[in-house]
Amino acid sequence: MLEKALNGNKYYWWWISLLLVCIGVGAYNYALQFQHGLQLTNMSRDVSWGFYVAQLTYLVGVAASGVMLVLPYYLHDYKKFGNLVVFGEFMAIGAIIMCLLFVVVDLGQPQRLMNVVLHPTPNSVLFWDMIVLNGYMFLNIIVGWASLEAQKKGVPYAQWVKILAIVSVPFAFSIHTVTAFLYAGIPARHFWLTAIMAARFLASAFCAGPAIMLLLLFIVEKVAKFEIGDYAVKMLARIITYAMIFNVFFFGLELFTAFYSQIPGHMHSIVYLFAGLEDPTTGQHLGVMVPYFWAAAFMALLSLALLIPSATRNCKPVLIFALIILVAATWIDKGMGLVVAGFIPNMFEGVTEYMPSSTELFISLGIYAIGALVVTVLWKIAVTVKKAAA
Amino acid sequence: MKTTRRDFLKVAGVTALGMAAGAGPALAYSKGAYLPHTEHMDTGHDHLAAKRWGMVIDTRAFHGEADYAPLIEACHKEHNVPTIPGTQDVKWLWTGGFHATFPHNHQEFLAERAHHAAYPLLCNHCDNPPCVRVCPTQATFKREDGIVMMDMHRCIGCRFCMAGCPYGSRSFNFQDPRPFIAEENLAYPTRMKGVVEKCTFCTERLAEGKMPACVEASEGKIVFGDLGDPDSEIRHILAENFTLRRKPDLGTSPSVFYII
Repeated sequence: MLEKALNGNKYYWWWISLLLVCIGVGAYNYALQFQHGLQLTNMSRDVSWGFYVAQLTYLVGVAASGVMLVLPYYLHDYKKFGNLVVFGEFMAIGAIIMCLLFVVVDLGQPQRLMNVVLHPTPNSVLFWDMIVLNGYMFLNIIVGWASLEAQKKGVPYAQWVKILAIVSVPFAFSIHTVTAFLYAGIPARHFWLTAIMAARFLASAFCAGPAIMLLLLFIVEKVAKFEIGDYAVKMLARIITYAMIFNVFFFGLELFTAFYSQIPGHMHSIVYLFAGLEDPTTGQHLGVMVPYFWAAAFMALLSLALLIPSATRNCKPVLIFALIILVAATWIDKGMGLVVAGFIPNMFEGVTEYMPSSTELFISLGIYAIGALVVTVLWKIAVTVKKAAA
Repeated sequence: MKTTRRDFLKVAGVTALGMAAGAGPALAYSKGAYLPHTEHMDTGHDHLAAKRWGMVIDTRAFHGEADYAPLIEACHKEHNVPTIPGTQDVKWLWTGGFHATFPHNHQEFLAERAHHAAYPLLCNHCDNPPCVRVCPTQATFKREDGIVMMDMHRCIGCRFCMAGCPYGSRSFNFQDPRPFIAEENLAYPTRMKGVVEKCTFCTERLAEGKMPACVEASEGKIVFGDLGDPDSEIRHILAENFTLRRKPDLGTSPSVFYII
């Protein structure tokens, strides 16, 4: 079926070329980073994880979101999603490839990567994250490919495909839960040391992931003249709305716990995000994240205001706008703030700030382009097969 | 497998690691570090042993930051700790104020003397170390004598231990540290870029029957000994003095004690 990706119009090839250029830029910058070390990043002794790990955190959510289609379709036999399930599975593949690449580019000694496999360490959450990420990726490759193959041949998918699809459901939940556990089990990082971390991750995943997918499907609908189905769109939009309500609610729970208890450690990181903090040694007031976080809070609430009333949600231009600001808000929360604010203040109550360097941004651009290429090729195949079958 | 590695490091110390890294081969060879680890067990060294190594620092005997400078210099010189300017630096032993050292212990009306004093900061060699728990490759591990060790050749540079350590005791080599070492000690390895490192309670010196470098340089102001032995000097000092540990509420049980 892969050959179907080799047949496209001029715009398709322009897009592919653009992605390849971005990948080239990323690869060049990675070569530099490999040679000179992570000194080319803006990470530091105090903020030892940065943009790369934050992107991993965000993208596991995008990957997990496929389950919002798989679960109703395979488990509850909700056939209206039949046309879309494979898109969710294929997007998950692209997202997990990006996750794994973000882990690799974050390593100081990437050539020793296999040490994680050679010396399996069940007490480390990172070990389990590797297991569930790879497991979920392979399940999606197998299930997505097999069901598409069946559709091409005009036969129903085999029983084992359904079984594997259902197995992938707990895997989808686990990739996000286990990634949340990377943070939630660490002493003295009060911002992460919260029992609701995994639930927050899942809530943000199940709104942001389907939102990205729906936006991409609208593009596909336009460029490939592919019918998504009005009912499926409405259902997805409803799922996104509920997940976002939970996401904002859960964040509110964090605010209550921190500020009603008034325990300084629990308040510090949140204060840093919304108001900035003073470094006790220099007396300097620092808060580069502040404008981003207010923007995120505003966009999150506005997206809810537009998504909750069905009148605005069912209006396509409004829906598209709401989805875009929802994605931006959740990305600022998980893809920027969550990881960095965990390190601020540092272990000595000092403040070392962080913003990604150009190397980090270019490498990340390259990885996003790889993800986009994978999703483009897989979706192109899916659209071609589905159109031929219909 | 695990025990073998542990035993190997207990005796051969990091000297062998230095060999593999190609640092100071001449001296390392002359010490016989190339011998299999079993050979080292029988060399008859009067190496120091303990059930659980610990440290008591009498901060009353130090008057300001300058008093710690010789200790820091001894440590950093011995272990080829580079001096890198900026926020991507490497530290094994350094100092902080009272609030930086004991962040959960904000005494509102603290004695002037304690408030303005400097306190030495280093790896606490916790009895329940979070860094060991989170390491995905067992590059960080705890020896039977309580010392938390770092296998710099196993480390993949994921920096999970840095996130996990509540004491900020770990440093990452963001770049090749070698150009930042003023005077290289050929008897101890240098590190490469991309790995994490930290204080090791001078295991290489204990293996030779010597006290840690900072303890030696402190001239009695730091006592190092066996916390597992009720009759040891360190236990007597702990029984006779009120001490603080850093962030005891986290349950990591640090092995470094401060007399205030």
